[in-house]
Amino acid sequence: MNDSTHDVSNRALSNLDLETPEKPYLDSNELIINMGPQHPATHGVLRVILKLDGEKVLGTECVIGYLHRGVEKIAENRTYTMFNPYVDRMDYVAAVSNGLGYCEAVEKLMNVEAPARAKYIRVILTELNRIASHQLWLGTHALDIGAMTPLFYTFRDREEILKIFEKYCGARLTTHAFRIGGCQYETYAGFEKEVKNFLTFVAPKIDEYEELLTTNRIWIERTKNVGVISALDAIALGVTGPVLRASGVKWDLRKAQPYAAYSEFDFDIPTGTNGDTYDRYLVRMAEMRQSLRIIEQAVNRIPEGPIMAKVPKIIKPPVGEIYHSIEAPKGELGYFIVSDGSTQPYRLRVRPPSFVNLQALDTMVRGLLVADVVAVIGTIDIVLGEVDR
Amino acid sequence: MAEEAKPPVPPPPPESEKKPAAEGRAAPASAEAAKPAAPAKPAGPVPVPWTSPLVEKYKGQYGSGLDAQTYLGQNYFAVDRSLIPDILRLLRDEEQFDYCVDITAVHYLQREKQFDVVWILYSFPRNERVRVKTQIADGASIPSSVSIWATANWLEREVYDMFGIQFDGHPDLKRILLPDGWKGHPLRKDYGILQQDNEWVQINLGIESGQ
Repeated sequence: MNDSTHDVSNRALSNLDLETPEKPYLDSNELIINMGPQHPATHGVLRVILKLDGEKVLGTECVIGYLHRGVEKIAENRTYTMFNPYVDRMDYVAAVSNGLGYCEAVEKLMNVEAPARAKYIRVILTELNRIASHQLWLGTHALDIGAMTPLFYTFRDREEILKIFEKYCGARLTTHAFRIGGCQYETYAGFEKEVKNFLTFVAPKIDEYEELLTTNRIWIERTKNVGVISALDAIALGVTGPVLRASGVKWDLRKAQPYAAYSEFDFDIPTGTNGDTYDRYLVRMAEMRQSLRIIEQAVNRIPEGPIMAKVPKIIKPPVGEIYHSIEAPKGELGYFIVSDGSTQPYRLRVRPPSFVNLQALDTMVRGLLVADVVAVIGTIDIVLGEVDR
Repeated sequence: MAEEAKPPVPPPPPESEKKPAAEGRAAPASAEAAKPAAPAKPAGPVPVPWTSPLVEKYKGQYGSGLDAQTYLGQNYFAVDRSLIPDILRLLRDEEQFDYCVDITAVHYLQREKQFDVVWILYSFPRNERVRVKTQIADGASIPSSVSIWATANWLEREVYDMFGIQFDGHPDLKRILLPDGWKGHPLRKDYGILQQDNEWVQINLGIESGQ
């Protein structure tokens, strides 16, 4: 939208000679509109107040908290073990990652380490979950922009991951797959074979998604140079995960500060250059392939041995505090736990990647059109359960 | 055993009969489990002084206002509240702690300075984390760090929302997760788990209670 169109319409309005001098909006191009909380493109209950000049976005304000359940307060009133399933309800499309971060944080606080076999199982499931999370992101994000087919493709293929989860621990979405000290369940018979089958099944499917989108003219028009964020802005705003990497910062906690068994695997950190929506798309597509590489190495080398460390039945970490973070599909997911030596955390803080990344929305959409806001909300990849906690 | 192990017991909220029941159930199990676990458990790690060129430099500069410790391999500064904007700015400008991971607080009801405010920082060039902690009294304010890291904006709003800590110089300090008119700050220890702003619920949701 160029400004001249608005000037014309404005003049047309003033020619009507309305006697409303105290209503300044007639002379102004600014318009405040409300997007959400009930809006299909906000991926949940996000409300964005948009200040517009015609169709151009002058500024935004996010109103969040509609899904606030007080997870951190609940944590203070539950034992460490009882709180474990609650973390799945934050980023519910990547529940396994949440559980991994929480269990590792408590283990660190107790100074215990999960056995090697448990770490490998954790890596396999977490990386499967990363693929599932990216698939769900791709399907819904493409749907927002107008491409319907990827949604069906990605949900069809994500189903195979959920089947593995279901066979492993009985749940598909909020898995509660891990326990403090290791894993509750040994892998089922045929687990390794099924994971390998999945790898050969999904690799060509990822190419298929790319065939639909990567060179698609409409997709490129809607995503190239849309929602650009520079590396410096991204760091200042605390943005992490694929959004940061698409701006050219080669930083991934799995490499920078390896946890679980990640230091034992060979994989690359895909990065972008422009920091736009298209680059973020390419980064996530490449990440899915890297996850496949990690899973393949892990499933081929999975060691024998116990799956639980020696952890007392009643978990009472010593007095102290710890911060531990992992690379969740959305970015840095951290847990800051203060223990007073009792069975319940004295304070448990979750550092949610979606919440912090969402803060960058305003920087990313200024000067764009309303339709681009939809694309940018999709590309940040938020889950409101985690934003609001 | 769970009862006396938790010294900072918040005043029991009016409707918290559920909690003792849950602990009562856990008690018999703990009697069996604590016995075999007890000898294996070491006395627990203690914080040790953290030594590095960075610490030496700031120790010389600030002296007793600053204490540097390491706990389980994680470094932190416990600093005096008066040093707060300076030390954070120095850490970013001179020590390259360019990424503010998180800002949060911890409430200690029985302490004179009731709140710990915690900054978790990370440096991309050094691949290193550090925490900065300071203690402030209830009702006291703390300088905002939005001008140091833009990400502090929402993080400080959340601390304000949950604990009622004021950040001076914050561009738009208002509630973020709870509604604007809500009374009370839920992550304070004197705010019960079942407590609510019933007045807000009745006026805005048109129901008797959210429970």
